[in-house]
Amino acid sequence: MSGLYERHPYPGKLIVVEGIDGSGKSTQLHLMHRWLEAEGYRVFFTEWNSSDLVRRAIRRGKKKDLLTPTTFSLLHAADFADRLIYQIMPPLKGGMIVLADRYIYTAFTRDVARGVDPQWVREVYSIAPRPDLALYFRIPIEASLERILSGRQKLSYHEAGMDLHLAAEPTQSFRIFQSRVLDIYDALTREFDLKVIDATREIDDQQRLVRQLVMEVIRGIEPKKPYERQSLLRQRLAVSKAG
Amino acid sequence: MKDSRFYGNGLPYRRPANLKGSLIVIEGTDHVGRSTQVEMLKPWLEVEGYGVVSTRWTRSALLYETIAEAKAGNRLNATTFALLYAADFADRLENEIIPALRAGLVVLADRYMYTAWARNKLMGADPTWSRALFGFALVPDLVLYLKVDVSSLIPRALEGKGMDYWESGMNLAYGADLFDSFCNYQRRLIREFNALAREFNFTTIDARKPPEYIQNKLRQHIGNFLRQRKSAGQAQPQAVAANGVGGAVVEAAAVHATEASVEPAMVPDLDAAKVQVAK
Repeated sequence: MSGLYERHPYPGKLIVVEGIDGSGKSTQLHLMHRWLEAEGYRVFFTEWNSSDLVRRAIRRGKKKDLLTPTTFSLLHAADFADRLIYQIMPPLKGGMIVLADRYIYTAFTRDVARGVDPQWVREVYSIAPRPDLALYFRIPIEASLERILSGRQKLSYHEAGMDLHLAAEPTQSFRIFQSRVLDIYDALTREFDLKVIDATREIDDQQRLVRQLVMEVIRGIEPKKPYERQSLLRQRLAVSKAG
Repeated sequence: MKDSRFYGNGLPYRRPANLKGSLIVIEGTDHVGRSTQVEMLKPWLEVEGYGVVSTRWTRSALLYETIAEAKAGNRLNATTFALLYAADFADRLENEIIPALRAGLVVLADRYMYTAWARNKLMGADPTWSRALFGFALVPDLVLYLKVDVSSLIPRALEGKGMDYWESGMNLAYGADLFDSFCNYQRRLIREFNALAREFNFTTIDARKPPEYIQNKLRQHIGNFLRQRKSAGQAQPQAVAANGVGGAVVEAAAVHATEASVEPAMVPDLDAAKVQVAK
């Protein structure tokens, strides 16, 4: 399991964001992504629970209410392993910057909040390289709920921990389940050296802090040459016009 | 804290109590006749008075389709395969095996985590990792291993369904053609099973022999186990607790056990139940 705690040997950089729904982590990652591309870095983006094969299995399981905490955990691990092989490792070995929206710490919090053994879930994910930077966007439950419910987003069944039957009402279930998740995240910040960002601050203030932390990490990574960038920019303009 | 009924740390959110049934595993490589043997064991056990269910590898309601899809494509590697196998196993453990054991049934498992360990290792997965994945698994009460060698496996494969892509390890490029690959892959697989048999004390049955011989051996071992378990549960529940294993075989008075084994699923074994709760 040493891989979870030791620096990886690859030339690329792995930057991950963590936090509960409504913490604004995806927004922050999006802004970071835009900035890195504008600076000319080669960036690859990947997000939790997005590989085709396993996503279908998870959907099937959710529909039939077949998932137990252990199968929920293993299916997400299979999804992660698939993305690790096809999406994360090649650019990391090829010297790119890999951005991940949620990483193994999501499993370490959610799955343990569902009751699986903490040691076991670490062993399952011991195939994963340790990120060069892991940002944790910390937000109180009520603030996250307010953000989710004021938007068009609905509380997802599993995010609210409805499968655990903690409360009949989704908002209340979300409060109970995500409080557990938050407690576990706090413990993880020490174990895995997660950098904590106060997610209640203004978006641009958070982003300034994020970029400072990122800059320290990507030192030594070469951005693309100016002529490579221009051609890319032209391509993108061409694509957006065509679209 | 460790619950000795499990291989690792078990299912902390579940901690199943009172698993009165018996978990009996039939292991062995492809074409060895496991499924046929299990099918023949079922009616026999029922005549003997036991409630029986069987469970098959990669046949979970949750993952059956996904694993079939995955095998049809070529996207999976050792790691994702290992995780899908583990998920399939976990689904059947929690939704089939544990409920059946709680109901006092005999569960016949056609393959168990040992199959995953042997296959994962050949595919190149880290053996320590692959074993840790199954930390949630119940330790079986009895593992019956159908042992063959490759030369006696070849005619069975050819006369049966033929040599299949996965059973030949074709994904691993073990040979120039299907036949060579089958032999090389199965030879290695059998070597892994043999090592596991020594490590985990499987009861080995010579599966080069005719099916009737194998069936008789299986019935002998299963019959002995169930009778001993019964008499141990009735006569010496303390001994079971002392051994720390639900299905500990106690070599004690198995004398009038034949009568006692009639309809065991119907008669709640109160002493054994108390022991389980006390643990």
